[in-house]
This record gives sequence, C-alpha cells and structure tokens, in this order.
Amino acid sequence: MSQHVVKSYDHELVRLRDLISEMGGIVESQVALAAEALATRGSDAASRAVEHDAQVDALEREVEQFVIRLLALRQPVASDLRHVVAALKMTGDLERIGDYAANVAKRTIVLAQYTLPFSVAGIAHMARMVQENLKSAIDCVADNDADKAVEVWRSDQVIDDLYNALFRELVTYMMEDPRNITPCAHLLFIAKNLERIGDHATNVAETLYYAVTGESLPDTRPKGDTSAYAVVRPNE
Amino acid sequence: MNETTGQTAAPRPSLGLQLPRSQFEPATGEPRIAVRNLDFFYGANRALKGINLDLPDRRVMGMIGPSGCGKSTLLRVLNRMYDLYPGQRATGDVMMDGQNLLAPTTDVNALRSRIGMVFQKPTPFPMSIYENIAFGVKLHEKLSKSAMDERVEWSLTRAALWGEVRDRLERSALGLSGGQQQRLCIARTIAVRPDVILLDEPTSALDPISTLRIEELIDELKQDFTIVIVTHNMQQAARCADQVAFFYLGELIEVGTAAQMFTAPRQRRTQDYITGRFG
Repeated sequence: MSQHVVKSYDHELVRLRDLISEMGGIVESQVALAAEALATRGSDAASRAVEHDAQVDALEREVEQFVIRLLALRQPVASDLRHVVAALKMTGDLERIGDYAANVAKRTIVLAQYTLPFSVAGIAHMARMVQENLKSAIDCVADNDADKAVEVWRSDQVIDDLYNALFRELVTYMMEDPRNITPCAHLLFIAKNLERIGDHATNVAETLYYAVTGESLPDTRPKGDTSAYAVVRPNE
Repeated sequence: MNETTGQTAAPRPSLGLQLPRSQFEPATGEPRIAVRNLDFFYGANRALKGINLDLPDRRVMGMIGPSGCGKSTLLRVLNRMYDLYPGQRATGDVMMDGQNLLAPTTDVNALRSRIGMVFQKPTPFPMSIYENIAFGVKLHEKLSKSAMDERVEWSLTRAALWGEVRDRLERSALGLSGGQQQRLCIARTIAVRPDVILLDEPTSALDPISTLRIEELIDELKQDFTIVIVTHNMQQAARCADQVAFFYLGELIEVGTAAQMFTAPRQRRTQDYITGRFG
C-alpha cells in the first residue's frame, strides 16, 4: 500500500501493528509453554507461562490507549479505520488467549502431583494444534494476509472435533474410577481452555480478514464444540 | 414546521407559488437529476469524461476529489453557469423532469431559479438583509408586500438566521459575520424555492461552529431540497452526505453511500485519496 502524505501517520500505524505482533508473540509463547508443560508434565515451563501474563495485560492497555489516540487525532477512514478498530478487537482476543494459557499452565502444576493411569497424549496433541493455529493467526496479522486468515478460520473445526472426543474420553475415565475425578476435572478445564484459545485465534483471523478486505466472513463459522449436548453413559 | 409563522412544510399556498413541486411529496430517493455521458470542455481541455451520475431526490450528494478533478465543473454544468464563458461547452445529457438541461432551448434563468447555487465565499449583495432575499424573488415572481415579508421570513427561518436578524432586516448584509452571511446566501437561494441546491465548498471560509450550523442546516433542508455539496473536507462529506461521489482527473471513480465510501471503498484510488495517501 502506498504511503500517507503525512509520514508520522504511517509510523503510527506501523507501530500499532508491531504492538499487536509483539503481543501475539508473547501470547503464542505462553501457549507453547503451556503445551510443553502438559506434554512433559514439568512445572518450570508452566510457571514461565503464568509469568508472562502481566506483560500481556500491560500491552493490552498500551494498544487500547494508542488506538484511542489514533482515533482522536487522525480520524482514520477506510482501510486505516478498519485496521485501527481491528487492532482494538485483536488486543482483547489476545489478552483472553493469554489468560486461558496461564490457566492451563496452572492446572498442569496441579496435575503433576497425580500419577495418571492413562495417557495425556491426546490433550497434548490438541494443545500443539491450537498453538499452531494461533501462530498462523498471528502470522496473518504480521503479513496482512487475508487468504491465510481464511485457512485459519476453517481449521478451527478440527480442534473442536478433538475437544469433543477428549470430553467423552475424560468422562469415561471418571466413571471407571472415582480417584480419576480430580485430575480429569482439571484436564476437562484444560481442554475447554484450549478450545477457547482456538476460538479466539479464529476471531483474530476473522478480524484481520475484515481489516484487509472490508468484508466480513460469514456469520456461521465452522464451529464444532458439541460437548454441551454430549451424554456419556456407563454402558456405552 | 416554520416556528415563527406556524406554517407546515406542505402545502404552502400563501407563498403565492403555483409550481407543483415534487418537494411536497415524500422523498423517494429516485433520481432528481440524471447525468448521462457528460463531457465538458474548457476549450480543448476535456475536464469531465463520460460522467454518469444520479442525484437522488431530497438526498445530499457529496462530491470529493483533489483540486482539478472536475467536481466544481460538474456543479457549474448543472445550472449552466458555464454559459457565461465563451469556449466552454458540455456534451451529453443532464435530465431533470424529462428535460435535458443542456438543450439550447432550456430557459437558463428559469433553470437557475430551480437549481440554486451557494459559493465558497459568502457573496451578499451590498444592500439590506431584506433586499438580499427579495431581490432574487422579484426576478421570478410578483408578490404583494405582505407575501414578500412572509417569504423573507420563511427563507431566513429555514436558513436558521431569522432569530439573529429579525430586528435588523433593514441593515446592510455586509455587517453580518461570515457564518451569518453564508446562511443569508443560503436563505437567498431557497427564497426562490428551487428544487436543487448546489453548494460549492460552502464552509471553507467559516469557523468550526459556523460550519456545524451550516451542516445542521443542510440536514434540515434535505427534507425539501435535493442538495449537492462539493467539499475538500472529508469529514464534512462523511457527516453531511447520504451519497458520496469521488472524482479524479475528470472521471467519476466511485459513488456509494457515505458509510460504504468511508469504511470500505471499492476502488483503490478512492481509498488512497480519502485516507490521505495521494502522492
């Protein structure tokens, strides 16, 4: 895109995008650390994931203030307006992702105290997929790539399917042995948090798509969390 | 509703007007003026290139574009201002009520009473406030003293100026502030009860509050008049206009609702211009 006649305006828009990328990078590493903590059941990675939270919150406030300043002083229109408003929306999504990642990490610390009679490979796999999806979403923002955003938007379906399968699996373990209930309850929350992270990553992709093209993706995005209706009975 | 006289907008028989104007019917958004394949030449220089544009009835059309893009030229074509200058000519059709305004048979004086114009700088006549309004009306209509008084009050009220000048109608219009003078010019334009009002950068010489008064006035007037406003102030086009047309180098690049043009313009050149990227 060509440059603004007023160069300082260009610098400000670039700075806004850099802030979002920076925030995205930190949030992505939080999710990566949480995924690592899950897979290795190590508490070091988990506590580092939690530590990043304050940084993410501070960046969110900075983006918000910067957007308000831009709206007041530059009165952006057209693609500029869309990108500025998109940044405001994305910062909210990224902050939520950071919170969910920190929550996953905290729960893995609790889980480390239990000896599990089943594998957590499935949920660790889900965490890696969510992390990849989030990375793609953040790359779209950095590259301003609407086509890639559509891919991210579509791929959330797989994560939802994984979540539904995990839900059933964990409920089954709980029915098999009541001693599994505490760790499985934590794992259920972890799975749900990961699923939410996937949704927020999808939101980021949707927002980016609008910012670039000026058009919204359809209201009915691929959304497959059906666990709200799931019934698992002992004889199944 | 006319606050001072208690008149409603329709019908207004006391004003002694016989013309069955469309302004007494609800706005339909149908084109009031349809411009088709319009070319305009300053000598050999082609300043407008194949313009096709509808001006919807009782809506505000904002025209934007860099200097020399042809937007003011189009305004001058609509009421045949260019007739006053030799070597300038227009080809194509400008249709209004089934009549081609560009046809040599068109009565230009009658046309200008139906399509009024307000300029960038306020241009009050060096005469009293009252006479500024009455002058144009007298050219087209014979009114009794009381009917003329009523018309003056009506137009000043519609132009949101009556309250400020009612006690000094006989004083010179040149004593008014810039913003008041511009509203007087708008009052003078609507006094002859046109169908269409052309505004050529009407607030570029005014302070921000006077500007907002004019914008509020435009919002009021579009109930009765079809309005075309040329402006360099993008925010003004966004605030006032229902539809916005972007011109560049004599071509109409894009036309759309103000909301669409300022959030998601379709054309790259529109986008570059309104976001301030034009090099």
